[in-house]
Amino acid sequence: MTATDPQLGHAEKDKTPALVVNGVSHSFGDKKVLDNVSLTVEQGAFVMLLGLNGAGKSTLFSLITRLYDNVSGQITIRGFDVRRKPSQALQRLGVVFQSRTLDVDLTLMQNLKYHAALHGFSRSDATQRAKLALEMIGLADRAGEKVRALSGGQLRRVEIARSMMHRPDLLLLDEPTVGLDLGSREGVIKIVRELVAKEHLGVLWATHLMDEVLRTDQVVILHHGVVLYNGGVPQLLSQTGTTSVREAFRALTGTKASIEEAA
Amino acid sequence: MSASAFSGATAATFAEAEGAARRRLGLAGYVACFKGIVWREILRYLHQRERFLSALVRPLIWLFIFAAGFRQTLGVSIIPPYETYVLYEEFIAPGLIAMILLFNAMQSSLSMVYDRETGTMRTLLVSPFPRSFLLLSKLLGGVSVALLQSFAFLFVAYWWGIQPPPITEVKLFTFYDPPTWAGTAIEKMSDPIVNTLFSVPTFVQPFLGYLTVIPAIILAGLMLGALALFISSVIKQLENFAGVMNFVIFPMFFASSALYPLWRVREASPLLYEICRLNPFTYAVELIRFALYGQVDTISLAVIVGCTVLFLAAAVFAYNPSKGLIARRGGPGGSA
Repeated sequence: MTATDPQLGHAEKDKTPALVVNGVSHSFGDKKVLDNVSLTVEQGAFVMLLGLNGAGKSTLFSLITRLYDNVSGQITIRGFDVRRKPSQALQRLGVVFQSRTLDVDLTLMQNLKYHAALHGFSRSDATQRAKLALEMIGLADRAGEKVRALSGGQLRRVEIARSMMHRPDLLLLDEPTVGLDLGSREGVIKIVRELVAKEHLGVLWATHLMDEVLRTDQVVILHHGVVLYNGGVPQLLSQTGTTSVREAFRALTGTKASIEEAA
Repeated sequence: MSASAFSGATAATFAEAEGAARRRLGLAGYVACFKGIVWREILRYLHQRERFLSALVRPLIWLFIFAAGFRQTLGVSIIPPYETYVLYEEFIAPGLIAMILLFNAMQSSLSMVYDRETGTMRTLLVSPFPRSFLLLSKLLGGVSVALLQSFAFLFVAYWWGIQPPPITEVKLFTFYDPPTWAGTAIEKMSDPIVNTLFSVPTFVQPFLGYLTVIPAIILAGLMLGALALFISSVIKQLENFAGVMNFVIFPMFFASSALYPLWRVREASPLLYEICRLNPFTYAVELIRFALYGQVDTISLAVIVGCTVLFLAAAVFAYNPSKGLIARRGGPGGSA
């Protein structure tokens, strides 16, 4: 990035959305997984990406994180195209992947310092950031323990803390609560929601668990690679004539099966 | 557990100005990133004791059992860099170091391919640094581990009596035997050309071979790592390690100068001799063999540098998830 980079230093005034996905399609062979998907995550917005398994959520995340090149359409993070300016885009991105990505044989501290190094932080800066990250999730006293010793909920919290270490503008979470018990789930949700409020970062949260949606969230419903709805919760309910997000989802997608069963 | 504590602290302590973010992608950032990746590989290796042991046991079996058994059947005449008759154990030691590099390269490259869509490789690939740099750092991380394994092997070999001789001068050794299919197009060299590069102070002479072998191991390891990454990205059938053993490791290892001098191979089969000389692994072995004796084998060095550049470019292209060959066929684990 250059010295005249308008994206840095004026973050407060700058209204560039955290994420813009514009007309993105993707296929694996003959199978079209995403069909003309568009969505926007404004700064400080909490966007729930709802869809069943296989709806294309993970593929969309792979495209945003540049695991695949998006063949058609455009994806920008704070105005930086992930294909043309991947460095600037990825620098502003934090991700919590669906699969566990911590080294279980290494300590929490070693894991976090590795991540800081991947973002180019010096050793001392990395240590400081790692300590703060662990304080944030209440695991500061376990910095020297191996990750193997943590519970599922604690693992997730460490991954969230890790994704925040470089202070991204956009946080992606791919089914972050899958496999967690109710208490851990609530802990994870609480942490992320607090972060959005304090840090004013945009969050794209993919899930198939409809009870994680709050009334104030923006909702994007993805079904078979197509965006069926994009907007606020009250409009979703009035548009579908339903009283809950779950019912609205069923009405839109035509799925009879309980969403939770699909997990 | 309060997020507000974090944000308050971050705003004050980090004070992340525009300059700081820019510096992170500057030279200091690259160095920090490289060190972080290499250090993680070493840490992981040190934490996996069984991996350490199996990597050490394999070459030692060859050394203690195979070499001891073959010592009487296979006489090694005096060929460069050796100036006296050497025991068979001493002859195959460089080949066994190269075997360590080859195994390590295949193991880490396979895991890089299978981790690509899940797990740790994805964390690596969302780093803002260029992917070619990330992959090169990752390969060099694997080479660092192989270097540790090689020295663990050399340490045991030392107590078994296999020690490089004291070295008084570091020399450049050049000899090329043109392939038979080249006919008379390339002039035959009658004798090797040996140039002295520099003399060595007395106090380092006894263990200089252990120092000069380090760059040889790094270079050969990088070449094999890049080759392994390319092969495992391109050939989908290499899904398990058994396939790799049969189709990559064994052919490369046996059709090389690791276990027998190539002049012996030529006596047995001129065709096999030519095959061995087309095998980059042969040059890895020879580079290490000469380096242990304080000599730079020019031809091997040239071949390995050339192959490293070529294989690295091919590996980065084939592996790059967004452009490479894996993406085109939908990935080894299919797509989610």
